[in-house]
Amino acid sequence: MTAETATEKPTTHSVRAQRKAKARISEGKRQERKLGWLLCAPAAFVMIAVTAYPILYSVWLSFQRFDLKFPDQREFIGLGNYATVLTNEYWWTAFGITTLITVVTVAVELVLGMALAWIMFRTLVGRGLVRTAALIPYGIVTVVAAFSWKFAWTPDTGYLGNLFGEGAPLTERASSLAIIMLAEIWKTTPFMALLLMAGLALVPEDLLKAASMDGATGWQRFTKVMLPVMKPAILVALLFRTLDAFRVFDNIYVLTGGANNTSSVSMLAYNNLIRGLNLGIGSTMSVLIFIAVAIIAFIFVKLFGTAAPGSDEGGRR
Amino acid sequence: MADIVLDKVTKAFPDGTLAVQEFNLEIADGEFVILVGPSGCGKSTTLNMIAGLEDISSGELRIDGQRVNDKAPRDRDIAMVFQSYALYPNMTVRENMAFPLKLAKLSREEIDRKVDEAAKVLELTALLDRKPANLSGGQRQRVAMGRAIVRSPKAFLMDEPLSNLDAKLRVQMRTVVSRLQKRLGTTTVYVTHDQTEAMTLGDRVVIMRAGAIQQVGEPQELYDHPNNLFVAGFIGSPSMNFLPATVSDGSLHTSLGDFPLGERLRSRLADVSGDLIVGIRPEHFEDASLIEDSIRQRGAEFEATADLVESMGSDKYVYFTVEGEKASAAELEELAADAGSGDLPSSGSNLVCRFSAESRVKEGDTARIWVNLDKIHLFDPSNGRNVTLHEGRSSGVSA
Repeated sequence: MTAETATEKPTTHSVRAQRKAKARISEGKRQERKLGWLLCAPAAFVMIAVTAYPILYSVWLSFQRFDLKFPDQREFIGLGNYATVLTNEYWWTAFGITTLITVVTVAVELVLGMALAWIMFRTLVGRGLVRTAALIPYGIVTVVAAFSWKFAWTPDTGYLGNLFGEGAPLTERASSLAIIMLAEIWKTTPFMALLLMAGLALVPEDLLKAASMDGATGWQRFTKVMLPVMKPAILVALLFRTLDAFRVFDNIYVLTGGANNTSSVSMLAYNNLIRGLNLGIGSTMSVLIFIAVAIIAFIFVKLFGTAAPGSDEGGRR
Repeated sequence: MADIVLDKVTKAFPDGTLAVQEFNLEIADGEFVILVGPSGCGKSTTLNMIAGLEDISSGELRIDGQRVNDKAPRDRDIAMVFQSYALYPNMTVRENMAFPLKLAKLSREEIDRKVDEAAKVLELTALLDRKPANLSGGQRQRVAMGRAIVRSPKAFLMDEPLSNLDAKLRVQMRTVVSRLQKRLGTTTVYVTHDQTEAMTLGDRVVIMRAGAIQQVGEPQELYDHPNNLFVAGFIGSPSMNFLPATVSDGSLHTSLGDFPLGERLRSRLADVSGDLIVGIRPEHFEDASLIEDSIRQRGAEFEATADLVESMGSDKYVYFTVEGEKASAAELEELAADAGSGDLPSSGSNLVCRFSAESRVKEGDTARIWVNLDKIHLFDPSNGRNVTLHEGRSSGVSA
């Protein structure tokens, strides 16, 4: 055997071996990926069945004239339903009401929730009791709570009914809206507080000590040190609550049933879809609500940079 | 700049634990004082009381002659550096350093001037627009110092400021801190659990244990003349060797052998009897073959087998195991627990000796060792007191 062949042979061998090794690695990776897909499959399947399919189906319905009262007239009309809804006065009234409820309740909940979070965070005595007590409203079924509010505000029999003199508060628009918002705020402030409390835990004790050494007053410590550090948690809380508030339904359904122009967009969609059996118009409204919610989420995530608590180091950007 | 006086300052927690008991200390204007001790000895609590972050249960704290017990931290005009640095993550380095000045409502130009000046001193100029998340540990530490010095406070309080740095950087930053303090001449109280930091940095060192001062003094004074077992064991690295001993017939009986009591010891042991603990620092041993005759009679010699030899280049650390009972005292147990060696199994006592580099002792060799009897300390195991100190010295507990 000459020296040349001796050197040549190992080279071809090693190349082949390398190729083999490469193939083996990618084979292993492929198996891993396959396993990954398999493990995800059940969840993905459920998601498709309960989320993607209904959404796509309602989009499909929204492109049709489809009223179960006149099933023969079903036909594809493209964006016709959207034109109908978006030029309709009721839709915009409901949209205005929904926006009002969303903005007011979320704003009030943020302030109250922050106060409640602070109390829950700082309580030293009976911490468990305080936290449990604060969370009770959130644990009550919304419909049940709504009924109790309704009875409370019923004149003569309710304990709040005659609070502002004669008259039934739930029969007038302004007072009805106020009561709806009150019920919403009462119910979801604890949720806000819970999310904000997670944010409070993100603020290192040393940071507050340092701020007081640097000469900050209590208020300055709150606004200049705590709030910026808590910003990610606050944004997450706001995002969740805004999306939630925009879909307000139960309280309105029980308290006023949408009387006196107190319908939210969800109420309106429900009335058209379930009560009116107009699948086309109802689905269109659902899709529009979906789009509105998506826009809200987009604004929070992309414009304000909301991220899950903890995944952002705060100020890394 | 100001002096700080702690007059019988005590901190009692609601559950009755005394974190700090009757702490008396006068810190002179411009002095660099170190509070050192094992964890839980109350040093940080003391610092927090000076800062105003903890209430003072009883006693009086005076800064610049004024009682400040009831003043809020922001009204005391002192700056603090935290172990975690406590930089505001949402602000840039410049904003971090400007924060106390902004709160003090200084003008923009003045703030910029002071921040730039401090940044120059700490070599932070290039980093002023970065956020803390984008800085290394050492840089963050410097920003924390910068935030403290910009406002020229009456005093600096530092709570283990170097503990989060790696070993090499810590040594480097130690000199930075030291130079900065000398340059600014600001009264500084510095808390650490690291005796090396305490020895190298401070004008004076306060050694604390279980909420009480053990000894106050200059580093060398503490090293040479420890008041008690605790101070003796805490200061020095490797730490002092302790062995049980008894005195009778003018000689000292230890597991190393019987040593004659010199004039120095005999005079002070007149009224001492019973068990004692002898303390010998590693450098007070030497390879007997290297001892010149002129000083040989100052000490005594014994033989032992070397377990381990660590050559440090400049010297050699030689480890021996001495059979027999171990020295036992509450102080020693506490020190061992703090060092994490409380539960290390060993038969007999471990002896660490520092020999000069010329020593030829190897592992397994039976070496002849000389011990300098002029430098040994004797302690009373019942109360830990150093019985070999001058009367005048031993009363310097709370100077």
